[in-house]
Amino acid sequence: MLNLSNKKALVTGSTRGIGKAIAKRLSQLGAKVIVTGRSEERAKEVAKQIGNGAEGYYLNLKDRESIRELHEKIGDIDILINNAGITKDNLFLKMSEEDWEEVIGVNLTGVFLMTKEFVKGMIKKRWGRIVNITSVVGLVGNVGQVNYASAKAGIIGFTKALAKELASRNITVNAVAPGFIETDMTKGLPEELKRKYMEEIPMKRFGKPEEVASVVSFLCSEEASYITGEVISVSGGLA
Amino acid sequence: MLEEKVYQIISDQLGVEKDKLSPDKKLIEDLGADSLDVVELIMAFEEEFGVEIPDEDAEKIQTVGDIIAYLKEKVGE
Repeated sequence: MLNLSNKKALVTGSTRGIGKAIAKRLSQLGAKVIVTGRSEERAKEVAKQIGNGAEGYYLNLKDRESIRELHEKIGDIDILINNAGITKDNLFLKMSEEDWEEVIGVNLTGVFLMTKEFVKGMIKKRWGRIVNITSVVGLVGNVGQVNYASAKAGIIGFTKALAKELASRNITVNAVAPGFIETDMTKGLPEELKRKYMEEIPMKRFGKPEEVASVVSFLCSEEASYITGEVISVSGGLA
Repeated sequence: MLEEKVYQIISDQLGVEKDKLSPDKKLIEDLGADSLDVVELIMAFEEEFGVEIPDEDAEKIQTVGDIIAYLKEKVGE
């Protein structure tokens, strides 16, 4: 049985979808969970639902000051889950530079800023877990998602390089690459496209957020102490 | 006083007994620090002495004596 008691875990983008499922799971395993999102009200509401001492805070990943303020409020953490992500899909020829910057900014630079802010505490403690949520799209690409795929592939490089730097400090850095998961992000996809994706998924179904959360929670546990720099797909066989 | 603090920080960071430290000891070769240890040490000195140590300066620091001399000049002791 995994046990995360006495660990403080921060999950970005945890007011819904995969992030919320991860926050819930970590809390069930005994961690004190920090829920963050772009709506403070929603973050507090989700934290209340989760219970078990969870706390909700506003966080804007594009704003260094917002990240620093959060750090001041909650102090150092043991587990960081860089989950928050956005999409601004468009065919490459029609993709604007703003949509590129926005997605790279939140999905990739956000991971850099968050990790930079919170890793010092882990180095001092000589214990830490960082799990970055990437995507199978970062591994195999996808039509209309050049910006998203670039950010997610970037997260994989980030994970592997940082894992090497921090290994001697007993801090593991891993990535989890979900395939198509039933969340608000995939709910908006056109039915026809969903059917097409479904055909390509060997398991012939979309995954559930909980199926991602279980892998993340394992990587956060003591049981995963010798795993670092890995990318684990949770995609029903897609990639 | 400054020496004492520097010795304490190095001893805590690298897990080396304080009486094994002397100004001629090299952080990496003699005291077994790795590159991340050196960065952590620099951060610890910055915090303790309220100074900022630019990378160009940090790169020149090799021995315990280098640190003491550098900080004395910075802090103006």
